Amino acid sequence: MKAVLLSSVLRVILVLVVCFAVSVLPCSAQEVVKMSTTTSLLDNGLLDALLPVFKASTGIEVHAIARGTGAAILDGRDGNADLIFVHARELEEQFIADGYGLKRCPIMYNDFVLVGPQQDPAAINGLNDIVAAFCKLASSPATFVSRGDESGTHFLEKKLWKEANTQMPAAGYLSVGQGMARTLLVAFEKQAYTLVDRATFLNLNQGDDETSHLVIHCEGDKKMHNIYTLIAVNPKMHPHVNLAAAEKFITWIKSAPALKIITEFKVANTSVFFPIKED
Amino acid sequence: MQYLFESLGKAISLIVQCDTELALIVWFSLKVALISTMAASVVGIPAGFAIYLNEFRLRRVLITVLNSLLAIPTVVIALFVYSFLSRRGIFGSLNLLYTQSAIIIGQTILVIPMITIFVVSALSHLDIRYRKTAMTLGADRRQIAFLLLHEAKFGVAAAIAAAFGRVISEIGVSMMLGGNIKGVTRTMTTAMALEYDKGEFVLAVALGMILMTITLGINILINYFQGNINERYG
Repeated sequence: MKAVLLSSVLRVILVLVVCFAVSVLPCSAQEVVKMSTTTSLLDNGLLDALLPVFKASTGIEVHAIARGTGAAILDGRDGNADLIFVHARELEEQFIADGYGLKRCPIMYNDFVLVGPQQDPAAINGLNDIVAAFCKLASSPATFVSRGDESGTHFLEKKLWKEANTQMPAAGYLSVGQGMARTLLVAFEKQAYTLVDRATFLNLNQGDDETSHLVIHCEGDKKMHNIYTLIAVNPKMHPHVNLAAAEKFITWIKSAPALKIITEFKVANTSVFFPIKED
Repeated sequence: MQYLFESLGKAISLIVQCDTELALIVWFSLKVALISTMAASVVGIPAGFAIYLNEFRLRRVLITVLNSLLAIPTVVIALFVYSFLSRRGIFGSLNLLYTQSAIIIGQTILVIPMITIFVVSALSHLDIRYRKTAMTLGADRRQIAFLLLHEAKFGVAAAIAAAFGRVISEIGVSMMLGGNIKGVTRTMTTAMALEYDKGEFVLAVALGMILMTITLGINILINYFQGNINERYG
């Protein structure tokens, strides 16, 4: 009996190994770079516009994993990604200071906007100062939807609450822990305020009933600038990372054809990303 | 309502036209689910036989544990496997996280208890006289196992079909271990979650319809197997 059991166990292991070998093979046939990124870049379609062109010109396939800035940086720290594409300056600088990232390469920017219901229960429409708007929000009966997922957007939101030196009352604060587009949809369904990048907001399909559409209440404050940065993971920390391919991607995305795609990328007929010139 | 009907119409035309992206996602999901189910069967079926045929201490405890594993959320399995496959984990150097293999490993672990317990239950439904007669006729344990496998084949097939249904429709493992990478680890369920994230429903509705067709087919299959069991022993 023991011998039978042993031989069947051996057979099981053999089959498992073959199964995994078969499923791994097609992946390792070509060069791949793993990039952990924010949800917004995947949600609004920019990566779908960029990555196939990069693959066509270099043969390198970029595997984009959309996880939000906090999780993307964690992927970089753990060595689960070769490259991160994120937007939270303080976190990025910390990431590099800790030795996990090589260099911040700012690629493009857009801006955040504070959106909310047309009735504007917090009466913040037209305010230029985002911190003042947050103060007013906190003392109003309005509802605010937060990403709550340690993403770049959530990070900025926390920073703004800190600067405003106040908090939403617990009853009016919904922390949903989801990606940008879904958070925005929650705000839409609940007729609440939320902080969102302009591209995702323009991309939102709000349906035919215009009275329920969310509108932009506060925009243009310098604090709402949203800079997207690429950082290659330091091979000193994680010797296995594909630095050559990561650097190729960084060089390519700063080249004229890639910048053209970024500049011409439109959501609802509006340009949403603006390349950052080399300093 | 109009919104839903519009999405439904577009979804149907997407399926009829056999849209490449859609086809790729469906093909990939089926492939991964098939491999996971096969791998889990290869482990689970012998395990089920071993538990049924052997008397050992803690047998009931083992069966209870396996039974409770049936209800385990997929994200728990995913988290567990993630901690092994991440670079911080002990298998980090294998470079498996965010690959198809990672999904297969997670899904296999997910359904091994299911297949094992279903096989034990299928065997328990057999008439004990099969086993006893075979023993009196001098069959060794291996021959008995093959005899029982032959008698319980519908129950075993139902176990495999049920496991396939579980892996094809799960999302936790695919999302956390696969990363929803376009064209590589994007399965039907993670693609639906992404489309929902984007607030676009056409592709999601199309995938939902395909998924429902597949699960309906599986349940018809299971029903057929169970019908066969009932005819024989019911």
